[in-house]
Amino acid sequence: MISLAHYIVLGAVLFCIAVAGLFINRKNVIVLLMSIELMLLAVNMNFVAFSRFLGDVSGQVFVFFILTVAAAEAAIGLAILVLLFRNRSTINIADIDSMKG
Amino acid sequence: MNPQTLQLICFYAFGFVTVAAALSVISLKNTVHAVLALVLTFFSAACLWLLLEAEFLALALIVVYVGAVMVLFLFVVMMLDIDQEKMREGFVKFLPVGLIVAVVMLAEMLGLVGVRAMNAHVLGQNPAVAAGMSNTEWLGHALYTTFLLPFEIAALILTVGVVAAVALTLRERRDARYETPSQQVRVDPRNRVRIVKMAAVRPDEPTASQEPQS
Repeated sequence: MISLAHYIVLGAVLFCIAVAGLFINRKNVIVLLMSIELMLLAVNMNFVAFSRFLGDVSGQVFVFFILTVAAAEAAIGLAILVLLFRNRSTINIADIDSMKG
Repeated sequence: MNPQTLQLICFYAFGFVTVAAALSVISLKNTVHAVLALVLTFFSAACLWLLLEAEFLALALIVVYVGAVMVLFLFVVMMLDIDQEKMREGFVKFLPVGLIVAVVMLAEMLGLVGVRAMNAHVLGQNPAVAAGMSNTEWLGHALYTTFLLPFEIAALILTVGVVAAVALTLRERRDARYETPSQQVRVDPRNRVRIVKMAAVRPDEPTASQEPQS
């Protein structure tokens, strides 16, 4: 019998994998972007599960909007990445320090 | 077999594939392989959503993510010439930190969730079916009535995304010649060709001395 806890735990596991990915791939911007996509997936998993188990449509509508925003974000992020590579010939985060942050 | 047991077996199978693929996304050496692993993650997540009878979102996840966003990722990864070895620097250095943070965070989340308390929520009747509709219809009713304004704003956000992506990556090359179609259309033949009226003239007869000696 599937319960709500199954999906919540799976979402938590996915989110923590994505956080670990952010930590261990500190050099590669593409893998960082993919980790962010994984985080969004984990959150969406929770939204869908709660929507289904509580019988409320708002959760699924919200997932729809998150998918929209995530698609736009990925397109702009990759465009910035291409621009960065064209100007600096690198996507190593350690080399991108002109703002001295 | 009991259908509920079968559902549980499917959940564990898809969940295992999802977690394994997510782990390989963050640990694979080759970025192209990592993107393909992410495709597998999204696909099995869509299967899990199908188990929850959220059919529209599951198919949207496959169409939008696997079909569009991941292909975009693959394009960019293959277009950029990345030194894979250099990108792996610091992997081992940050591995313990990442693992500790992830495990602590997972423990906190699981403690917060209170797994035992939520076992009470078992999969009941599909709320869409209870309302006498399919999942897509159920979602569409909400989208086009209660959430109409956010829906329109989402369309606007997508447009902004397209325009921004094109504007960012468009580049004018200085060493290439460009034609401007609007100027080409506005060309007037009278500015290019002048027709001169003149009387017909007979060319001079070639004389014998000018004949080539051959």
